[in-house]
Amino acid sequence: MSEALLSVRDVSVEFTNYGIAAPVLRGVSLDVPAHTQVALVGESGSGKTVTMKAIMGLLRDPPARITAGQILYDGRDLLTMPPAERLKLRGTSMSMVFQDPMSSLNPVFTIADQLGTILKYADRRLGRGRSRRERMERVHEVLAQVRMRDPERVAASYPIMLSGGMRQRVLIAMALLSEPKLLIADEPGTALDVTTQAQILKLLKDLVTERGLALLMITHNLGVVRETSSYVYVMSRGQVVEHRPTADLFAAPREEYTRALIAAVPRLTGGMRLGTAEARP
Amino acid sequence: MEFLLFLIRRILWSLLVLFGLSVVIFGIARGIPGDPARMALGPTASHEQVEDLREKMGLDRPLGEQYGLFLAGLAKGDLGRSLLTERSVNADIRDTFFATFELVLATVTLAFVFGTPLGMAAAYWKDRWPDNTIRLVALVSAVTPTFLVALLLQILAGYVLHILPTSGRMLPSISFTPDITGLMSVDGLLHGRFDVFGEALRHLLLPSVALASTAFGQITLTTRASMIDVSNQDYMEAGRAFGVPEWIRVSKYMLRPAFVPPLTILGLTFAALIGNAFVVEQIFAWPGMASYGIRTIMQKDLNAVMGVVMVSGVFYVMVNLAIDILVGIVDPRVRIRGGR
Repeated sequence: MSEALLSVRDVSVEFTNYGIAAPVLRGVSLDVPAHTQVALVGESGSGKTVTMKAIMGLLRDPPARITAGQILYDGRDLLTMPPAERLKLRGTSMSMVFQDPMSSLNPVFTIADQLGTILKYADRRLGRGRSRRERMERVHEVLAQVRMRDPERVAASYPIMLSGGMRQRVLIAMALLSEPKLLIADEPGTALDVTTQAQILKLLKDLVTERGLALLMITHNLGVVRETSSYVYVMSRGQVVEHRPTADLFAAPREEYTRALIAAVPRLTGGMRLGTAEARP
Repeated sequence: MEFLLFLIRRILWSLLVLFGLSVVIFGIARGIPGDPARMALGPTASHEQVEDLREKMGLDRPLGEQYGLFLAGLAKGDLGRSLLTERSVNADIRDTFFATFELVLATVTLAFVFGTPLGMAAAYWKDRWPDNTIRLVALVSAVTPTFLVALLLQILAGYVLHILPTSGRMLPSISFTPDITGLMSVDGLLHGRFDVFGEALRHLLLPSVALASTAFGQITLTTRASMIDVSNQDYMEAGRAFGVPEWIRVSKYMLRPAFVPPLTILGLTFAALIGNAFVVEQIFAWPGMASYGIRTIMQKDLNAVMGVVMVSGVFYVMVNLAIDILVGIVDPRVRIRGGR
C-alpha cells in the first residue's frame, strides 16, 4: 500500500451551489503504483473528472471543497503540504494530458511559445537554470519523442495549422516536458476520429512503457481500458464500486454495474446486446 | 507571405466598398426630389437663371455622363464646388475634417482607455459588486442617446458648474492655426504653446465624452464577456495545471485572445460614431466636417454632400482596414484563414 506512487485515500468532495452542499465524491480510494498503468472508468457524472482535478489541485474553492481524506504522492500528503511545495510537483513530477486537442491549446500563440513558457516556469520552480535556446532544444526534443516528423516546423506553428491528431500529440509532449513520473490522462483523443484515437493511445502506451512511467487513465470507454491498463477502478455515483486487474474484470465482472458497462461496449462482430448501465446507489 | 495576401484581399475589398458607396451616394443625390439649382438661387431667381446654373453644374446632361464626370473628379481628388460656401468642396473639407478627426480620435481613446480596464475588472470580480456596478454604468452609457448625454453634459459642466467651455475648439481670444497635423492639441504641443494645448483639451473634453459614451459602454461589456469566455477555455485550465503563474496567464494568455472582440466591435460601431458626431458637433458648435455636412444637406448642396459622404466613407474604410490589420496581428487565425 505504502509503495504506491500515488495513493488517494478516502477522499470526499462536496460542491456548494446556492448554499446547498452536494457530495460529489464519497470516500474514494485508489492506488497507482510506480511504473504501472491504472485506469479509472465510469460514465459521465460518476466523479472521475473531479477525482482527477482533486489530485491535480485544479478544483476551485468555492464551489468545490475537499472535506475528508488524503492524497499521498511519494508518501507525502498533497492536501496538507505547503502550496509552494505542491506547485513544484504540479506539471513537473505529476503531469497531465488534456482531453480536447481543439480547445486545450491557446489559438493565438505558437506551440513553441506555449511549451516554452510552461518549461520556463517549471524550471524556475525547480531551481533549474536553462537558457532560451536550451529550452527550445528541449521543446523540439519532446516533439520528436511524440513522433513528430518535423519538430521545428510544428513548434513554429499556430494550433490552427495542425491537425487534431497532431494537436493531441502536442498535448502529450506538453505533459512530458519536465520528465514526469506520473502521467494523468483525461480521456485523450475522445474528440478525435476512432483511427486517430487508436494511434494516440498506442503512442501514449509506448511512451509510458518505454519510460517506465505510472499512468492514470481516466476514461468512460472500456475498450480504452483494455488497451492501456493493467489495473482498473470502476466508479459510479462518486464511489469506487469495483477494482481488479483488467483481465479479471473482463473475464468475470463482479458488479452488475460493471457488467452493464462492459455490455455497452459496441462490437464490430456478432449481435449487440443493448442494455443501460444503471447506477445503483 | 500569408499576411501579405490577407492585406491585399482586404485592400481590394475596401476599394470595392468605396466604389459601391460612390454609386449609392450618386444615385441618392440625383434621385431625391427638389432642384439644387433652384435651392441655391432662391425663390426670386428667374427661370433662365436657374436653367443657366443647371447647365453649369452639368445637371442637364444624361445621368451616365454625370456619374462619369463625378468619378473622374473623384479620381483626380476634385470634389467640385460648393453652392453654399461658393468655395471648392476640397477646401471646405480640408478646413473641417481635422476638427472631426481630433474629436473622433479623442473619443476612441477615451472609450478604450476606460472601457477595456473596466471590462477586465468586471470579468475579474464576476457577479460581485464591482461587476454589478460596472455593468450597470456600461449599460446605461451604451443605451443613452448621444444627444441626451451631450445636452446633459453641456448643462451640467457649462451652465451649472461653469468649469468647461461648451462650444468651439478654441477660445476666440487665442489665435492659432494648427498647421502641422491639423490637430489643435497636438500642434499646440509641437509649437510649445502650452496655453493652446491646455485650452484645446478643455474644449475637447465635453464633446468627446458625450460621443464616447455609447462606444465606452459597448467596449466595456464586450471586453467583460470576452474575458469571461476566454477564462473558461481549456487552455486556461491547462496553464494552471502546468503551474504557469497567474499573472502570466492573465496578462498574456488571456488578454490577447480576449482583445479580438472589443477591437472588432470598434470597427463595427465606427459608422455609428461618425453618425453621432453630426449630433455632437451641432450641440457643441464644433467646426467639424459633420456639421458642415448637415448644413450642406439642408441646402441640397449636392457636390458638398457627396464630398462629405465620400470622405467619411474613405475614413470609415481606412479605420476598418487598420482594425483588420490589428486583429490579424493579434489573432493568427484571422490572417491564416484570410490569406487563403
